[in-house]
Amino acid sequence: MPTSRVSPVAESPAVAVSGLVMRYADKVAVDHLDLTVDRHTITAVLGPNGAGKTTTLETCEGYRRPQQGSVSVLGLDPQRQRRDLLPRIGVMLQDGGAWSGVRAMEMLRHIARLHADPLDVDTLGERLGLGDCGRTPYRRLSGGQQQRLKLAMAVVGRPELVFVDEPTAGMDPAARRTTWELLEEMRGDGVTVVLTTHHMDEAERLADWIHIIDHGQLIASGTPPELTRGGTSTIRLVVTKPFPEGAPGSLQEALGHRLDVRTISEVSLLITGPADSTTLATVSGWCERNGVLPESLHLGQRNLEDVFLELTGRELAGRGPAT
Amino acid sequence: MSAPTGLFTPRPGAAPLHRQVLAQAVMESRLMLRNGEQLLLAVVIPVIVLIGGVEGARHLDLSFSRRPIDVFAPGVLALAVMSTAFTSLAIATGFERRYGVIKRLGSSPLPRSGLLLGKVGALLLVEVMQVVVISLVALSLGWEPHASLPAVLLTIVVGTAAFASLGLLVAGVLRAEATLAAANLVYLLLMAGGAVVLPSTAYGAFGGVTRLLPSGALGDALRRAFWSGSFQWGSLLVLAAWAAIGTALTARTFRWE
Repeated sequence: MPTSRVSPVAESPAVAVSGLVMRYADKVAVDHLDLTVDRHTITAVLGPNGAGKTTTLETCEGYRRPQQGSVSVLGLDPQRQRRDLLPRIGVMLQDGGAWSGVRAMEMLRHIARLHADPLDVDTLGERLGLGDCGRTPYRRLSGGQQQRLKLAMAVVGRPELVFVDEPTAGMDPAARRTTWELLEEMRGDGVTVVLTTHHMDEAERLADWIHIIDHGQLIASGTPPELTRGGTSTIRLVVTKPFPEGAPGSLQEALGHRLDVRTISEVSLLITGPADSTTLATVSGWCERNGVLPESLHLGQRNLEDVFLELTGRELAGRGPAT
Repeated sequence: MSAPTGLFTPRPGAAPLHRQVLAQAVMESRLMLRNGEQLLLAVVIPVIVLIGGVEGARHLDLSFSRRPIDVFAPGVLALAVMSTAFTSLAIATGFERRYGVIKRLGSSPLPRSGLLLGKVGALLLVEVMQVVVISLVALSLGWEPHASLPAVLLTIVVGTAAFASLGLLVAGVLRAEATLAAANLVYLLLMAGGAVVLPSTAYGAFGGVTRLLPSGALGDALRRAFWSGSFQWGSLLVLAAWAAIGTALTARTFRWE
C-alpha cells in the first residue's frame, strides 16, 4: 500500500508552518506565520478577507515557494517532494477547477482515475447531492453545485489530508450542513481537514482547533471553548458620539472587578465576564449619568466574533472573495 | 495502531502514470470533439475544402500536375493536422488556464509531463479520427494515394510537434480571448496563403517563403508522402526546426496559471 512507504514521517504534524513570509509586489500577505495542524483534526484558519489564508494554503499545497521560513506537510517539503505529497492530499481551490463543458460526474470520474484507489464515484456523488446534476455541464451548475463538485474532487482520492478553501461559500444552508457532516465524518475516519473560512459559526461548529490570522500573522490559537472562554457573556455597547474622558475607567468602577471593560473604538466598548440583567441596568445607569446616548446595547455569549474584535478592534465579517 | 475504517479511511496513492496519461488524453479528446466550433474546425471545414476544391478545379478548369483529388486530399489532411495541433490545442489550453483547470490538475497526482503527454495523446486521437473521415471522403471522390505509411506517419508526427509547440506558445502568453482570436486568424491566413492545401509551387514567387512556413512544409511533405511514398527531408527539417523553436520559446514563457 502506498501509505507504508511513509512510515518514517508518520508522526510528524499534518502541517507545520514556521516563520513563513510571502510578499506580493510591495504587499506583505503572510508575515512570519507559525502554525501547526495536528493529525486527525479539523483545523480552521479563520480570518478576514486578505488575511493571508489562501496564500498560506497554496504554499502548503506546493503552488508557491516560501519566500522565507519553511512549510512541511505530512513531513514532506511541498516543493521538493511535491510528487510524493500530492497523491496524499486533497485540494479544494477557491477559484476555478473544471473545464466549462465537462459534465459534473464526468469531471469527478476523471479526477478519480488519476488516483490508485479512489472512492466509489457514484456513492460520493450521491452523498453530495450531485445525482441530479451529474450530466449538467460545469458552466451551468449553480455556485453551490460547483462547490459541492469541487469538494468531491478534493476527497475522491482518499487523501490523508484535505485543504478546503472556503468550502461552503455560495452554498445554501442545507448544503452547508451536508458539507459539515461530510467533513466531520472524514475526521472520524482518520482524515485531517484544514479549512479556511471567515464564518465564525462554521469554525465554532466544526473545528477542533482554530488559528485566527490577520494581516498575515497568527493572532490567536486554541480550541473554540478556549478562545471564547467557554462562552462567557459579553455586552457590546455602541454610543452615538465619542465617550467622555476616562469613560472605560469609570464604567469599570461601576461594574466591579468581575467584569472586564475594553475599548474597541471611540464609540464602542466591550464588557466581558459573568454579566446578567443587573449588569445591563448598571451600564444604562452609567450612560445616563455620563450623558451618553446608547445606540445599541447587546448582551450575548462571547463568540469568535468578539474574540476577533477584542484582538484587532475590527469586525471579522466582511464578505466577498478572499485574496 | 488500528486505523478506523469508514468510507473516507485514507488510502491515498497515484494511479500508474500511463493510466493517468490515458485518462487525460481520452478526457481532452472527448471535450474537443464535444465542442461544436472545434468539431467544425476539425472535420467539417476540411471536408468542405476537399469537396469544394475538387469541384472548383473541375468547373474553373484549373490545371495541376496531377488530378485535383490527388492534390487536394493530402493538402486537406495537412490542414486537418494544423487545425487540431495548432488552433484547437491553443484555444483549449487558453481556456484551461482561464478556468483554473490546469491549476487544479497541478495539485492532482498527474505531473506536468503527464499533462503534456495527455495533450499529445488527445491530439493524436482526434487526428486519427480526422484522417479516417477525410480519407473516406477522398476515396469516395476517386483519390488514388501511392503512399508510404512510414513517411505519412513521420510527417504527421513532426508536423503535430511543430504546430502543437506553437499553439502552446500562443496559449501560454496570451489571455484566453486573445488566444481564441489569434489562433483562428493564423489558421485562416495559413489556410489561404500558407501552401497547406495547395502546393507551394502554386504560389509563384512567394512559394519559396511558404516552403519555410510550417504550413507549407507540412503540406509539401504530406503531398510527397502520398504521391510517391517518399520522405521530403527538406520540409521535415523545416518542421523540426519550428518544433525546436516553438518548444524552446514555450518552455521560457508558458505560465500554467
